[in-house]
Amino acid sequence: MSDWALIIYCGLITFLTRFSMIAILKKEMFNDKIREVLSYVPSAIFPAIIFPAIFLENDELIHLENNPKILAAMIAMGVGIFSRSILATIFSGLASYWFLIFVV
Amino acid sequence: MKTNFKIFLKGLIDVSPLMIPVVPFGLIFGILAIDIGFSPLATMGMSLIIFGGASQIVLLQLFSGGASSLVIISSVGAVNSRHLLYGAVVSEHVSDLKLFWKIIISYFLIDQAFARSNEYFKKNNHKNKYYHLIGGGVTCWVIWQTTTFLGIILGSAIPEKLGLSFAVPLTFLALLVNDFRKIINVIVIITSGLVSTFGYNYIPYKAYVIVAALTGLLIAIILTKIIKK
Repeated sequence: MSDWALIIYCGLITFLTRFSMIAILKKEMFNDKIREVLSYVPSAIFPAIIFPAIFLENDELIHLENNPKILAAMIAMGVGIFSRSILATIFSGLASYWFLIFVV
Repeated sequence: MKTNFKIFLKGLIDVSPLMIPVVPFGLIFGILAIDIGFSPLATMGMSLIIFGGASQIVLLQLFSGGASSLVIISSVGAVNSRHLLYGAVVSEHVSDLKLFWKIIISYFLIDQAFARSNEYFKKNNHKNKYYHLIGGGVTCWVIWQTTTFLGIILGSAIPEKLGLSFAVPLTFLALLVNDFRKIINVIVIITSGLVSTFGYNYIPYKAYVIVAALTGLLIAIILTKIIKK
């Protein structure tokens, strides 16, 4: 398969995952119960991207010692809980990460 | 009712803090793609056609590892399966729109715009509220294309030591700031995190994202039932 065919197929499948539910579901299908469960969607999905990126190294093994990402992420989370600010969370995370790898 | 443009701008403003980490993410993507051997045109093509950071990074990772096209496409599908859930959440708010707008909205239904517009949709109920998602999506689109382009041009001038890839999990962490205070959410977050981390190497076809998400949702359903009684 050529690079372009691969890119177009990946684009199509990405679009279809975004489009299919919007195209299929109708307003009448929703009730409070479904709405409540759907409100947990971000909490259920985002950690699946966050955790492996923090805890797994390039060799795909779990990496707990000498891993500045863990402490930096915890600082960012703490700042996030108290400030409720997206900006403060991101900045404190990046700043503490750089502090840990360049200064400590 | 607010004008379409005002709602578009509100979407732009709401999503903009989340755009800061998109800058290094886009740069990294551009640099990596060239490094792996894609042409500058194909690299730009990926950002224009796919327009999804996680999908594009997965594509690069598997491509450089020599995976077959079928594995690459199905893995991109698996990583993207979270969009099925976003679509399910958003569909309630856009179900009265014409097909044309549903297609446009689907193209712009990315993590950041979804997270911010979902909050907006819950609080607002005017007919043209979908402009909020388009505002957020277009903002991210412009930044994603620009930074991909800069990554292609700058290439190895940016030191790997900066650890810019850490900006990716940080973005998603920031999207959860309002959920850390609620006990059910915290349990769901920990469950999903553990399943994805430990399942990463064992769940085939990079399906760990959707397996972890569904496990988390299942826990959420059980907990809401127990606590409500």
